[in-house]
Amino acid sequence: MIRVNNLDKSFNGKKVLDNISVTFEAGKTNLIIGRSGSGKTVLIKSIAGLHEIDNGEIWFEDIHFNQLDFNSRKEIRKKMGMLFQGSALFDSLTVEQNIRFPLDMFTQQSAEEKIERINFCLNRVDIINANKLFPAELSGGMKKRVAIARAISLNPKYLFCDEPNSGLDPITAIMIDELIKELTEEYQMTTIVNTHDMNSVMKIGEKIVFIHEGVKCWEGTKEEILNSDCEILNDFVFANALAKQLKLSSK
Amino acid sequence: MIKFLTQLGCYVLLLKKVFSKPEKPKIYYKQTMHEMIYLGLNSIGIVTIISFFMGAVITLQTAYNTENPIYPTYLIGLGCRDSILLEFSSTIVALILAGKVGSNIASEIGTMRVTEQIDALEMMGVNSASYLILPKIIATLIFNPFLNLISIIVGIIGGWIAGTLSGVITPEDFIYGIQYAFIPYYVTYSMIKTVIFAFIITSVSAFQGYYVDGGSLEVGRASTKAVVYSSVLVLLFNVILTQLLLS
Repeated sequence: MIRVNNLDKSFNGKKVLDNISVTFEAGKTNLIIGRSGSGKTVLIKSIAGLHEIDNGEIWFEDIHFNQLDFNSRKEIRKKMGMLFQGSALFDSLTVEQNIRFPLDMFTQQSAEEKIERINFCLNRVDIINANKLFPAELSGGMKKRVAIARAISLNPKYLFCDEPNSGLDPITAIMIDELIKELTEEYQMTTIVNTHDMNSVMKIGEKIVFIHEGVKCWEGTKEEILNSDCEILNDFVFANALAKQLKLSSK
Repeated sequence: MIKFLTQLGCYVLLLKKVFSKPEKPKIYYKQTMHEMIYLGLNSIGIVTIISFFMGAVITLQTAYNTENPIYPTYLIGLGCRDSILLEFSSTIVALILAGKVGSNIASEIGTMRVTEQIDALEMMGVNSASYLILPKIIATLIFNPFLNLISIIVGIIGGWIAGTLSGVITPEDFIYGIQYAFIPYYVTYSMIKTVIFAFIITSVSAFQGYYVDGGSLEVGRASTKAVVYSSVLVLLFNVILTQLLLS
């Protein structure tokens, strides 16, 4: 479980996140939704400790994360996995070396054990015969899947996904969404996914938080989202012509 | 002034992070070996070419500017040796390396920053500054003195070949000149300068790359800044070190 209390974050005097309080539950796919530039990425990176926050508290279970020093944070970070918007695979390393990297850094496993773990992670994300390829040789969907494999290589307790299906075709996007949901349930992780894709919301969203201009406007489930009274949320959810039509016809 | 002090503070803090205890020394050792090849071995070609022609030009210029029967011709060899030893092999080669290695480091680290690869390292719990920068600093501190040595040797050979082929000096006089009144401390002085310049080039360029904010345009700017700032600092420290070590 991850708990955020009264989080504020500014860049050069401009407030990007304003008094955000939210709890993300373990074993569930928690979604942060909102328009581009609403502060989703800053929120997820602030929670992960990649941005220092101005005010507020971030709790991982009963650990006050943002009060820890650099070395103590490292211990918590070893339990985190993150899928970045652009995958963030290391260009100079092959697929296998990318997944091996955290294993080399933080485990005492033998070479055989590492290979076994690498192949397990790659099989889990359906990547076959690509161990020796470099990131530049992979498609967008494959890059995302390799990034997921790298993120789960150390059995993380917390998984952060920043727009995991951006730039992907609808079928690959659904595959990535399903994979994230399956892994969350399988490893009982606390997963936070940033997205503005309503397909993802309806497919994998268990708890949904809506951010608008740095302010949390709404939170609830995917069932509640369709009947919300929040106008800004409705504008976002039903911006799509087909969704708008569906809503009108349901009335 | 405030901007300069802020930058200086950030640079010092980055160095503090760089020189913290490595997570896994074995992995850092591997990285250092890789950087020695990438930043050191791959620079041998350019250092050799530049040093050869530098030595040749110094010899010819010394010869044509000392065409006087009062001066013995072996002084051409001596002038070539001392110019290369005292200034050219350390400072000029450092400026060339600031261009080659400095821009390389800044653009590599800068690209990793804008593509979130540094964030990915941080997320894993890796000290990204130390992992990315420390091996580069150690590699250049170890390897650049060898480049300096190569530069000195090739520079003198270049001078000898140019001098004898053009007929401005006999091979015997040149050899006598480069042995005449030799002060071994000059080699130490040259090596000290090389080590300090290596640290400046690597750390300043890495600093520029590490704090890139934006996209490819900013990476390009960081790369340019890395070359300019490290070149200026090399020249500044050249004056300081010369005063400290030769006075």
